[in-house]
Amino acid sequence: MASPMLELKNIVKVFNADTEDEKRAMDSINLTIEKGEFVTVIGSNGAGKSTLLNIIAGTLQPDEGSVTINNKDVTRIPDYKRASLLARVFQNTTMGTAGEMSIEENLCMAELRGKKRGLKWGVTKNRRSRYREILKTLELGLEDRLTQSVGLLSGGQRQSLTLLMATLIMPEMLLLDEHTAALDPKTAAKVIELTNTVVQENQLTTLMITHNMQQAIHYGNRMIMLHQGKIQLDIKGEEKAKLTVNDVVAKFSHTLKDEALLSN
Amino acid sequence: MLNIVPISLEQGLAYALAAIGIALAFRILSFPDLTVDGSFPLGGAVAARLIFEGANPVLASLAAIVAGFLAGCLTGFFATKFKINSLLSGILMMTMLYSINLRVMGRANIPLITTPTIFTPMENMEISRDIPVIAFFFLVVLLCKIGIDLFLHTEYGLAVRATGDNEQMIRSLGVNTDAATIFGLGLSNAFVALSGALIAQDQGFSDVGMGIGLIVAGLASIIIGEALIKPKTVFRLTLAVVVGSIVYRLIIAFGMRIGLAPTDLKLATGVMVVIALAVPALRSAKEKKMKLRGV
Repeated sequence: MASPMLELKNIVKVFNADTEDEKRAMDSINLTIEKGEFVTVIGSNGAGKSTLLNIIAGTLQPDEGSVTINNKDVTRIPDYKRASLLARVFQNTTMGTAGEMSIEENLCMAELRGKKRGLKWGVTKNRRSRYREILKTLELGLEDRLTQSVGLLSGGQRQSLTLLMATLIMPEMLLLDEHTAALDPKTAAKVIELTNTVVQENQLTTLMITHNMQQAIHYGNRMIMLHQGKIQLDIKGEEKAKLTVNDVVAKFSHTLKDEALLSN
Repeated sequence: MLNIVPISLEQGLAYALAAIGIALAFRILSFPDLTVDGSFPLGGAVAARLIFEGANPVLASLAAIVAGFLAGCLTGFFATKFKINSLLSGILMMTMLYSINLRVMGRANIPLITTPTIFTPMENMEISRDIPVIAFFFLVVLLCKIGIDLFLHTEYGLAVRATGDNEQMIRSLGVNTDAATIFGLGLSNAFVALSGALIAQDQGFSDVGMGIGLIVAGLASIIIGEALIKPKTVFRLTLAVVVGSIVYRLIIAFGMRIGLAPTDLKLATGVMVVIALAVPALRSAKEKKMKLRGV
């Protein structure tokens, strides 16, 4: 078998160490994700989902353990140097784009993800016409608004644009942090479908955190559940395909006290 | 009354260079950099000392640009690498520059009346001094404005703008935002120092106190400019700043003409900025009240 895309070994992350509020957000996590796997991550609030993503992205450094992405040990490499490997879409729709800059400028910055940026002109004619074509695939009419600032877009439009930016240059791995949670149900459904299409078409290795159990079960080919900084459930393949919400609830009702997880 | 126009135009353009630098820090990088009150006299000090020692005025002005760039970089270094609050980083740098500027000049004031400066050839022309000097400042400002416009549309320029707009996003796209902040502040203070160097030569002396209140005057210029020209793009922002700087100097000259003492200028400018900043807050407070009343 080919080498895995992501390897987390014995990851420990403690917040507020040696105080009353000490919290083991990651408690000796071991996780291996193969190339092309689409992993959904569920867990109640405070289970460590976002910490997990932040440690993979390098926004947080683990106290112990190692992070290997595509055979490269990145444990001590700062977030901005991991950019060529990873792309990220955040929950907050304003976080993935620069609101005061134009749509085409945002796309240009995304195209240069992880590359050297020099004094060459940014949005060239060539790039502009290519962005116009790519934006058409979103069917949001953004191709006619290239020079408008992103701040004028709706949350759903911004999130669709962020997703497009994340995959403009294919990353080794896509990290999605509850990226539909802030959208209204209709827009959320559109964005998740768009996500699924992009991931499937490109066989993109993906880690998607979600609050929505239905989403976690319906999408992806592997699901893990975090609880108190540990992986409590890890289901893949056939078993994952047959999984229903009721199965999970029946098995883990005692850990699924968080109502948000059961809604929708 | 018309004779306030040439002097306002000259000063407005000369200070527009500083205002462009200030806008770069405050508006593009979203970094409230107070270094400028020190880097402006630094530019004047470096240029004046070198010219006084017999250096070529053009080279002396270039040296001032380099000095300003380094001062700005240092402020950025304090803020990003030592995680010192951005306002405090600027204040620290500004305070240290006061001593440095005195060291550079060797005294508090260097007169440049008898030594040839960048402006000497223009003074020897047959026409009124105003015309070539204003034309010179216009040209320098135009070059700087276009230069910064172009830079902010390059690949790295986009990254610098994004650093001020959404730091986490551009980091996740692979930009070292610490470096971008340091470089951006260096650039900002290079403009400010150039402004100081040229103004020292224009007025015929460099003084250690010539930067006091510059930041407030710069902000006033920016606010006035933005009110006149909506800064929807980088091009419009820099244009607004230049226009704002000229209008600000016109207002000041007019104020002095109707009897405002020069010593009251900083108070008047400060009040102007406070009012401009207060208006949106007061307006939204009023709207809130109206909403509560169901209007």
